[in-house]
Amino acid sequence: MSAPLLSVDDLVVDFSTRAGNARVLDHVSLEVTSGEVLGIVGESGCGKSMTALSIMGLVPNPPGKVTSGSIRLEGRELVGLSEAELCEVRGRDIGMIFQEPMSSLNPVFTVGEQIAESVRLHENASPKAAMARAVEMLRAVEIPEPELRAKAYPHQLSGGMRQRVMIAIALACRPRVLIADEPTTALDATVQAQIFDLLQDLQTETGTAIILITHDMGAIAELADRVAVMYAGRVVEKGTVETVLSNPQHPYTKGLITCVPHLEPEPPMLREPLPEIPGVVPALTDLGKGCAFAPRCLERIAQCDDSKPPLKATTGPHLTACWVAGQ
Amino acid sequence: MEPRNSALVVEDLKVHFGGGRGLFATKPTVHAVDGVSFTVPAGQTFGIVGESGSGKTTTALAIMRLVDVTAGRVTLGDTVISDLDKEDLRAARRQFQIVFQDPYSSLDPRKRAAEIVREPLDLMQIGTRAERDARVTELFGQVGLRPEQRALFPHQFSGGQRQRLGLARALSTKPDLIVCDEPVSALDVAIQAQILNLMARLQQELGLTYLFISHDLGVVQHICDEIAVMYLGQIVEQADRVTLFTNPQHPYTKALLAAVPMVHSNKRNRRDRIRLKGDPPSPVDLPNGCRFASRCPLAESRCHEQTPELREISPGHRAACLLL
Repeated sequence: MSAPLLSVDDLVVDFSTRAGNARVLDHVSLEVTSGEVLGIVGESGCGKSMTALSIMGLVPNPPGKVTSGSIRLEGRELVGLSEAELCEVRGRDIGMIFQEPMSSLNPVFTVGEQIAESVRLHENASPKAAMARAVEMLRAVEIPEPELRAKAYPHQLSGGMRQRVMIAIALACRPRVLIADEPTTALDATVQAQIFDLLQDLQTETGTAIILITHDMGAIAELADRVAVMYAGRVVEKGTVETVLSNPQHPYTKGLITCVPHLEPEPPMLREPLPEIPGVVPALTDLGKGCAFAPRCLERIAQCDDSKPPLKATTGPHLTACWVAGQ
Repeated sequence: MEPRNSALVVEDLKVHFGGGRGLFATKPTVHAVDGVSFTVPAGQTFGIVGESGSGKTTTALAIMRLVDVTAGRVTLGDTVISDLDKEDLRAARRQFQIVFQDPYSSLDPRKRAAEIVREPLDLMQIGTRAERDARVTELFGQVGLRPEQRALFPHQFSGGQRQRLGLARALSTKPDLIVCDEPVSALDVAIQAQILNLMARLQQELGLTYLFISHDLGVVQHICDEIAVMYLGQIVEQADRVTLFTNPQHPYTKALLAAVPMVHSNKRNRRDRIRLKGDPPSPVDLPNGCRFASRCPLAESRCHEQTPELREISPGHRAACLLL
């Protein structure tokens, strides 16, 4: 594997809440190389989006703060940069697509102006050149009649078109890393497929590294090269998509794969109840000293309640944080 | 338990919005549901799938009489739901109930859990006070909530537990039919399985009939017996769950199935499938001919002129396409 483009090492993020300190990211380590898609999966409240916000330097402070760890983009440390320095990184080096395209676009500016804004900011382009780039980007994300659409306001576009505009904004300055936080959750299935195709095409052309955050194992299977499964602020399993999906080691990963009714090309006549992961994600303020998943785990042993399992290799580059796995 | 003899029959249901006179011109008519017919045998689950704007939710609301029915007939057992007037409708509502998508906004935040579940019984004055309280306790047990949770407010429950409350409220009047509008879409994946298993168990125990609205084909395949695919207010294909997924006929169904990301696929093989371009046209300016023709990869010139009828292409399998 070549040197990672972006690496997150031992990142710890704490939030102080009325109920006490919540460790939302607990020694998270991730890396993504150029031209690669890293998937991050988990339920809500597992730290997926917080990982993305930390990389962007957008952890709300207070109440949150990066307690320790480092985030490096091509060797450059991002933790501790000033707001002005971060502003240069955001948009230029790292782009981000948010879940809800309607609420993340500014309703009083045309989509062309919103794409041009980051080009003018980061590349000192003239307004005219920036607008030309905006039209070019709209064409790149396959919006019909881009010259006309550049003058449209967000409310005049459909959900799928808005998400294309978001992608155009994120990619306008040709960032080396693109973070896509649930980019298709609000979209219909056929539009989701179009957006996935588009992301894949753009990546092939530009070699941008993509971090795809989702709860859909199907999306991971179709788009990602490697996957990290998160639970209660920790990475519990990490490896290539093929190994993790075909041979999951952590009971949580196994549960996530089997509990979803996957579409089968040939459904069985008899229906079995779905395997369940009992219970819910725990509150991050009262995690015990043991494995956070233990209360919901069907394979737990005595050791699980005593100490947190480290993320260690089970087979090759396939890492799992579980006392039971690999035994 | 044996299913009760009360099938749901929907005949040529139409729901149109707008069309009245506005300030300057006639308002456009939205053909939200445009001639939908199907039958759900008692004790079965009928699924309606489609994208946003296909009319699946409006169909559900029209059956519940929560929007005005423009034309057509809805019958549940011996009751013609679509013909009932105010007081009769209120009394008949104990037979059919609905569970909504968002379990948070569909529960009154100022009421305690027990009150929420009891409210339909209070409104319809079913049983004595003591009987209603006993019924609430029974319902909490049925949906897997603990008795001491009766005094809590909705915000003190997790998303999955709130949906259990929604189910308990729907079940309180012992209905025959429960209309479920995307009941698990707002829930986390691990919680979805818990609710789907609960719904399947309740159906077996109580002989319920479900009308299940969803955009998630995996969920629909798992829980439904018969499935209709809707596009722009009409059913384009309908079959039992095994036939629809093993032998889809309508190009839209095929494209919809191809669009779903699957765990067993990978980066390399996802490209050789049917892809739809663009978004569905608006239900205001409906095209002539087949409504899907503008996005259909197989469309011929006659598809833009002739309107296809929903017809039986093999026993129990209906599709609306000129090319079949």
